[in-house]
Amino acid sequence: MADPKIEGYEFKPGYKGMAADAGSDQTLFKGVHWGKAMMWIFLLSDTFIFSCFLISYMKGRGSTPVEWPNPSEVFALHVGGVPVPLLLIAIMTFVLITSSGTMALAVKYGYERNRKMCGWLILATALGGLTFVGMQAFEWSKLIHEGVRPWENPFGAKQFGSFFFMITGFHGTHVSIGVIFLCIYAYKTFAGHYDEGKRGWFTTMKGDYVEIEILGLYWHFVDLVWVFIFAFFYLW
Amino acid sequence: MSEDFNDKTTIQAQSSETISGGGTGASSDIDYVRPAEVADQDLYHGHSFLTKWVFCQDAKVIGVQYFLLATFTGIIGLILSWLMRLQLGYPELAGFMTAEHYYQFVTMHGMIMVVYFLTALFLGGFGNYLIPLMCGARDMVFPYVNMVSFWMFFIAVAVLLASFFVPGGPTGAGWTLYPPQSIIEGTPGSGMGIILMCLSLVLFVAGFTMGGLNYLITVLQARTRGMTLMRMPLTVWGIFTATVLAMLAFPALLVGGLMMSLDKILGTSFFMPTILQAGEVLDYSGGSPILFQHLFWFFGHPEVYIVALPAFGIISDLISVHARKNIFGYRMMVWAIVGIGALSFFVWAHHMYVSGMNPWFGFFFATTTLIIAVPTAMKVYNWILTLWRGNIRLNVVMLWCLGFIITFVNGGITGIFLGNVTVDVPLSDTYFVIAHFHMVMGIAPLMVIMGAVYHWFPLVSGRFLSEKLGKWHFWFTFLGAYSIYFPMHYLGFIGVPRRYFEMYDSPYVTSAVGMNEFISIAAFIVGAAQFILIYNIIVSLRMGKPAGKNPWKANSLEWHTSTVPPEHGNFGEKLPVVHRWPYDYSVPGAKEDFIPQTTPPSEVAETEIEKT
Repeated sequence: MADPKIEGYEFKPGYKGMAADAGSDQTLFKGVHWGKAMMWIFLLSDTFIFSCFLISYMKGRGSTPVEWPNPSEVFALHVGGVPVPLLLIAIMTFVLITSSGTMALAVKYGYERNRKMCGWLILATALGGLTFVGMQAFEWSKLIHEGVRPWENPFGAKQFGSFFFMITGFHGTHVSIGVIFLCIYAYKTFAGHYDEGKRGWFTTMKGDYVEIEILGLYWHFVDLVWVFIFAFFYLW
Repeated sequence: MSEDFNDKTTIQAQSSETISGGGTGASSDIDYVRPAEVADQDLYHGHSFLTKWVFCQDAKVIGVQYFLLATFTGIIGLILSWLMRLQLGYPELAGFMTAEHYYQFVTMHGMIMVVYFLTALFLGGFGNYLIPLMCGARDMVFPYVNMVSFWMFFIAVAVLLASFFVPGGPTGAGWTLYPPQSIIEGTPGSGMGIILMCLSLVLFVAGFTMGGLNYLITVLQARTRGMTLMRMPLTVWGIFTATVLAMLAFPALLVGGLMMSLDKILGTSFFMPTILQAGEVLDYSGGSPILFQHLFWFFGHPEVYIVALPAFGIISDLISVHARKNIFGYRMMVWAIVGIGALSFFVWAHHMYVSGMNPWFGFFFATTTLIIAVPTAMKVYNWILTLWRGNIRLNVVMLWCLGFIITFVNGGITGIFLGNVTVDVPLSDTYFVIAHFHMVMGIAPLMVIMGAVYHWFPLVSGRFLSEKLGKWHFWFTFLGAYSIYFPMHYLGFIGVPRRYFEMYDSPYVTSAVGMNEFISIAAFIVGAAQFILIYNIIVSLRMGKPAGKNPWKANSLEWHTSTVPPEHGNFGEKLPVVHRWPYDYSVPGAKEDFIPQTTPPSEVAETEIEKT
């Protein structure tokens, strides 16, 4: 991305440029919207939350006295009587990663002021998120049906159920919150709030297409976290 | 609705051509400051009682709200400590107290003072009030989120206090809430009490995150023209770094709190091993209690510095202003703050020496712990060198500053004792530990808060606090605090364990009894002396000596607002333009002994000043 043009300020390349930006007045991240900087720092904090969850999971899994269940058996789907490991989760991951793609396109069309395309792509992203949450609910109910609970697990260590429901539940909450915001932003896009700079309901700040990019950052983060959860629960 | 806003963006978007004080625009001009990068902030001005004083989006009002609520919670913590001291000093007078009550009071006192009082007061109170003013911003960058942050804190406090009224009362597990004992029967408040505690902490973390994002982005992205990072007052550096720590440390508390709630409510076994309760085997198995300790202290140790770093920053500014001297080694001070902050994430297991760990681990954490003493000692030397040959004004603010330095050194030295594994193990869980952490993170930051209140009260209210009452307040508190905590070091050495309701017929009891009585009397007096301040504030609000503008002759931007107290938007029509650091005091050749940050170089060309 090209550097923004700032009157009276000369951008330098490389680490010298970073040092110059840090030593300059007014802003550290030149030309970066306040909300965007906020989202990055929030995501850093959220990264620590998920890291604490996953490190606790590793510790719990590593020290449980009872054997951990085999993930390719527990999570397998039966297609025509044949167990297919990782089938559902592959579809879920595919859907979620695809929704990241539609989100990125929505940001692009937003900045191009293509209101319709932007709105539809946000809705497509929301649909992807909703599908993901739906499939997660299906997987939860399948496991619950088989007797897995947060406090017990017929296939082995009881911590399996505890960590699985807690961590995927926490991530699923993130996705659901994202879907709610995507729907709100889709409405605002179609209604033209970002074109007119209409003030927000609560924050009373003027609308701008940068909001879509900020939500996009959150959405990509949620997808990235899923990749880690996927690796730790399904591939380990 | 549009009349609620400053729709003056076009006028106020500042370029060097339209704004005076920024030079003429030629880069050879020594007064030149780059034009504004971002348009002026768009503010929502409240116009009813509710939007002006209750759900207010002005960071200054939010700061005062945080201050008042944190102080209220702190007074509850103070009363709990009185009850504890009554039991320890005069058990015959405290017949109404059972051992369960005592544990609950210990727990709530600790949690309230560390999280809901000190953290909320420094970051929520001083952070909100001072960051925008000192950085030259009109307000925090997200005023609405900032307002929600305070009300989340309000709910967190309400939930915390509600736990006093639920069946079983508040949790009595100690402020560290170690499982398994915190959630099994026999520990007071192991039912609703611990659940409400976890809930309250989760709410606090959520609310704090909203505020913290504001503080960080305001410092990073919303400074005024000419305000470089290395021209910020150290107060802002301290609060900023503490906020970074909080954003990275609170997640561990949140996760620990959530997992413990699940252990309690759903019966998961994250932290719970196979365990007996009243002779019965519970359904738990295979969990790790040590995991909680790691999560807790990964939060808990940075938490110490979340409280200490703002105190370091504020004290630097107070000393510099009241000694009329530039802070010695400003850049060293900044890097020390940042360095202490970074190191604080690598020392947490020194709270767990007695939990059992690999000896090499203990060695590692002892080393990192002692390394923190280096930047900390640098700060203490720099404070003393700032005072050295300064034009010291021995007013109440300065008294608190001196009290802080002495107390902090005292608590810091006992910290070196406790950082070593071999010394820590016998002293662990004795009164020595209590003496150490009360000195270093209780009394010392409290002295900074007091100094800061006397210093900034004229800005907030336009009137001085009474110096005479202030001196009484200081001497009662300073001497009293030493009477409380100095004898505790001795109690610790003779082996009196902490968190014990009663000593019964222990061998050391004879020499400890008299001392406990003495400590209790001192504690009652010191606690009561704090009401002098509250009385002082109430009286001075209406009848204090009018302070006028910039009464301390300080340089930093908060004293150079258009009105006193500053209005919403802080700086009137035009934002200030900064030309120098905030520590140009007693500059040789200058007309007065201070040069405000807004003074352009051409006005002080004849002085012996270095460019900062």
